[in-house]
Amino acid sequence: MVTMMSSRLDPLTIFQYLPQTNSKDCGEATCLAFASKLLNRDRKLEECPHMLKPEFREKYEQLNERLLPPVREVLVGTGPRQVRLGGEEVMMRHQLSYFNPTAIAVDVIDTLDPDAIKERVTEISSLLIERIGKTITLDMIAVRSASGDPKTFANAVKITKSCTDLPLMLCSYDPQVLAAGLAEISTDRPILYAATKDNWKEVAQLALDYNAPLVVSAPGDLDELVSLAGTLFDAGLIDLVLDPGTFFEQGFLGGLTLKNLVQLRQKAILDQDKTVGFPLMTVPLQAFRSEKDPIQAAMLESLTTDLLIAQYADLVVLHGLEIWELLPTLAFRQAIYSDPRVHAAVDPGIREFFNPGSESPVLVTTNFALTYYTVEADISKFKVPCRLLVVDTEGLGVEAGVAGGQLTAEKIKDLMDEVKIEEKVNPENHKIILPGLAARLSGELEMLSNWQVIIGPRDSADMQKVLPTN
Amino acid sequence: MEVEETTITDIMRLLTGAKVVFEDVNLKGGTIELEIPQMSQFRDVAPQATAKILSQLGSEIDEKTITDLTQLLSGAKVVLEGVELTGGTIELELVSRPSPALGPTIQVGFPQQVAAMPVSPVEKRPVIPSVLQSRKFIPYKEEFTGQITTVQLGATKSEGGSRAYSITLGGETAPSLYRWDSLPPHKPAVSIDIFDMKIPLARPVREKFADVLEDPAAWAQKAEEYGADAVTIHLISTDPGLNDTPIREAMKTLEDVLQATKVPIIVGGSGNKEKDPPLLAKACEVAEGERILLNSLELDADYKLPAIKALEHNHVCLAFSQIDINKAKQLNQALLREGVPPHQIMIDPTTAALGYGTEYSFSIYERIRRAALKGDKTLAMPMSSGSTNGWGAREAHRPESKEPQWGPRDYRGPLWEATTAFTLAVVGCDLFMMLHPLSVSLFKQMVDMLWADPKGNPPAYADWVTAEL
Repeated sequence: MVTMMSSRLDPLTIFQYLPQTNSKDCGEATCLAFASKLLNRDRKLEECPHMLKPEFREKYEQLNERLLPPVREVLVGTGPRQVRLGGEEVMMRHQLSYFNPTAIAVDVIDTLDPDAIKERVTEISSLLIERIGKTITLDMIAVRSASGDPKTFANAVKITKSCTDLPLMLCSYDPQVLAAGLAEISTDRPILYAATKDNWKEVAQLALDYNAPLVVSAPGDLDELVSLAGTLFDAGLIDLVLDPGTFFEQGFLGGLTLKNLVQLRQKAILDQDKTVGFPLMTVPLQAFRSEKDPIQAAMLESLTTDLLIAQYADLVVLHGLEIWELLPTLAFRQAIYSDPRVHAAVDPGIREFFNPGSESPVLVTTNFALTYYTVEADISKFKVPCRLLVVDTEGLGVEAGVAGGQLTAEKIKDLMDEVKIEEKVNPENHKIILPGLAARLSGELEMLSNWQVIIGPRDSADMQKVLPTN
Repeated sequence: MEVEETTITDIMRLLTGAKVVFEDVNLKGGTIELEIPQMSQFRDVAPQATAKILSQLGSEIDEKTITDLTQLLSGAKVVLEGVELTGGTIELELVSRPSPALGPTIQVGFPQQVAAMPVSPVEKRPVIPSVLQSRKFIPYKEEFTGQITTVQLGATKSEGGSRAYSITLGGETAPSLYRWDSLPPHKPAVSIDIFDMKIPLARPVREKFADVLEDPAAWAQKAEEYGADAVTIHLISTDPGLNDTPIREAMKTLEDVLQATKVPIIVGGSGNKEKDPPLLAKACEVAEGERILLNSLELDADYKLPAIKALEHNHVCLAFSQIDINKAKQLNQALLREGVPPHQIMIDPTTAALGYGTEYSFSIYERIRRAALKGDKTLAMPMSSGSTNGWGAREAHRPESKEPQWGPRDYRGPLWEATTAFTLAVVGCDLFMMLHPLSVSLFKQMVDMLWADPKGNPPAYADWVTAEL
């Protein structure tokens, strides 16, 4: 059995810590219901007003401690673009879910001239794509000090801040350089990179003074890494992120970089070791150091990022800013961080768009959520009044549904009858548009329904080819 | 000892009214434990649900212990003790359906405004110590007890065939990227897809094969030039809905391809459930000695016919199922029952295009591999991926003239396909059917980097903070 789940709390245990008055002040019907939501991280403990009262202080602290995920959650930045790192509970997503998508930071270097900094920062901040009805963006800007000069760095941070609302990562090993940068954005909670065995006292003091999260870095040396993290954690610094180093060389990407990530995460989750229970950081940007051809480097950076997203990186620093490089990685991240506990099918039936009349076209799709939302987005884009028949394919897409017999002419006909489509559409408009990938059903559907079947495009992005223009 | 772990984790299907069936259970006074991870959003429907465990003959061996589903759903274990079964069947079924109100939501990585940090009622100002502790990192050792079956594709002259080399897959005793636990014995292999008729292909792919699209033998040679470890000939023209090419004629194509190339060959049908089984069975005879891979056998088609022929002629069966670990397992069990040995079976649990169901494929491949490494022998075969499906994504195939915001398709398309493949290599897939030469070379470059032996000490760390790129 899934033994690793057994150490998780259960609602009844959480309930023991709660007021048990069913006051409904949190909005839930019962304290037990609130306990369940706490467990699934749909609610926060602070949303129970009674738990914040002095008489509950002890229970609050105990429960708060028990509710902490084995990988601590670290917040970077402030305001609407604040980023959450870590907070993970499982090694594999199907065991529960991954929670906070790997944050993607893109670098900017302080030796660029001011206009170049502005241009790059603006480009990073404004990158935005829409996928499956969601808006996806990059998360952070990593300002690197190549100059080694506090003034130059401070100036770069100031310019960066002036044209972005994304949280910043300040990168230097020199405490004076970091201090100069921090002074420009003293209340913004940027993340500091990095405390090492050589500078840890000064950099940790900066993190304390500015209440900033801190990356602890010890490339290739886990003993050194846990020594640094353990020292600071014992002293009371809890907003730590671990950087075990990103070696990109042949053999070492797997044999060292990946090994360190996996072993740190195994230790945190499977061994419940709190001293390594921190978000992990890696630097796919290294691809651009070993590969000089920029196209090839971008492709390797993209694939390396996917690898690290799949293998426990909570924060990555990239250099490439080409959309064709980022698009696959953003799609992969969205997929891996989707919640496997949520069913992937929508309700079958009929959907009407833009008040269709009796002459409006009728389209067919499946109830696989990804297929449905894609088609829905395209209909919205073209703004064509129409009816969409959503066939219950047991959550399969068109191609798979046709191959597996979950999308058949018979099922389409049954749905047409069920929603009484004949009554909604004029007889001379009895035309139904099949997805191109279901073309082979057309003959049988014409026979069964007596409607004219129009073969639509293979991709609904091309649906205007078969729709009346608006 | 765990009887079945994988099948019961598929709670989604169970909650929608499907049955989970455990076949051929042999237990003498054993214990069955049922445990379901937290599923709070189903808690509203859970109280009406009941579950049953049935023996093969339909008589209930134990119902009452499991009826308290609420407990089960809140993470508690249900334990059935003293169960005696010989070759029996256990069915697990939840009677109720979840309400449609539980409609889907898809989580993405869009930064959201979050509540303030929980404020600890006691403020304690940390003080930075003056001395660094000296700690040792002691890795946690995760135990893996299973081993992946070794499967050979293709046969050389000395092995009774005519291939220049054969490919060996499988053999892992730990997740294949966990090389520090055990060295992965074999790297993933890549096959390039070719077809026995001209078919619609994304333009970047079409351009790379423009002069051979009507000549499968020349197409196969081109695939070999592009670095394919194997070639998959899809005999799609046999589809009654397309050319309805007779099997005899299709076999001529297969012979041509075997003649033209020296790499191991994979033979695919058209996806037609009536015609594929006799087609693949015939291919077993025609490719005598060549140890081909049959793509593919399915539960709801006649899998026995090609399975028996594969057994007779020493070929390998690719067992295909659609993102359903139970079906994958059932089909393997069925093939094993027909006498097909494990080293003549591979698993294809379905590859969705990146961004169009990746998460399902990723988790199915991962679950199958982990179940195998934890000792489930019926899932311990190497896996295959139809990564070509990556081109089905619009982000891969649509030109920049229509989607200028996505950048040049000549980079975007191949990277999309390579990502579809590579992310499954990360969770243990062994064989990749691909299309574009650039996707293939990118994929292989990543695999070479990851599977290579780290030589000597780690290199000096490249300081990225000050690097001018």
